[in-house]
Amino acid sequence: MTNRNAKHATFTIERVYPAAPARVFTAWSNKEVKTAWAYCHPEWPVSEHVFDFREGGREHLVTGPVGGTRHVFDAVFHDIVPDQRIVYAYDMHLDARRISISLTTIEFFAEAGGTRLVFTEQGVFLDGYDDIAGREEGTRIGLDNLDRQLRQQRAA
Amino acid sequence: MLNYQAPLDLAFQALADPTRRIMVERLSQGPASVSELARPLDMTLSAVVQHLAVLEASGLVRSQKVGRVRTCRIEPAALQSAERWISERRASWERRLDRLGAFLIETEPTTKPRSKK
Repeated sequence: MTNRNAKHATFTIERVYPAAPARVFTAWSNKEVKTAWAYCHPEWPVSEHVFDFREGGREHLVTGPVGGTRHVFDAVFHDIVPDQRIVYAYDMHLDARRISISLTTIEFFAEAGGTRLVFTEQGVFLDGYDDIAGREEGTRIGLDNLDRQLRQQRAA
Repeated sequence: MLNYQAPLDLAFQALADPTRRIMVERLSQGPASVSELARPLDMTLSAVVQHLAVLEASGLVRSQKVGRVRTCRIEPAALQSAERWISERRASWERRLDRLGAFLIETEPTTKPRSKK
């Protein structure tokens, strides 16, 4: 039986890039440019990709390892301010399981010589990786991740 | 910069200690009594109980006393699903935003000829 749980989390990541806000914005707003950097597993074939970058438009991406779990990303762009801000809401499915629903805000601030990008994700994470078979392995990976992050936190 | 909500901070603190990591690893194999948890550890039972209290406060572990035996178990909602998923999501965005930086430098139009195909 699925162990139902809903966890809420927010995280923010900042980067400063040596490029004008217009170029950084284009990296998010243009399908070809975004495809060049944005996908976490470039080796996974993309079976469907719709990218309709306008307020009310959708991004729909289906990818995943060959013969493995389908990772399905469905987003709606809610707020677009050219060169300054993008807000989209999205959900993620692994095969038929909905695993998260999030609101993502990307802000672009002009700085001397470049752009400060602030990425904020606010989400509800559903039922997680609650499969019995993967539980022990999952715990070990989870601990490794926590350990690594803790070390980074200390080093920071 | 970490910007998690308080529960994950507590989990980080709880897991900062090697004894408590051993306890969590043991519990990831299944529930255990306090004395079973203490067996491989070179410390008093009361020290183990104190470590257990930290793990319980972090939400990573739950315990329940039935008769004279206190049984401990991993709280799956706290560790195995959400935090793992959230920290992976964050790590994946960290990597992607680094790739964006590399991409912007690679495709910089003025400083050098485009090397990108």
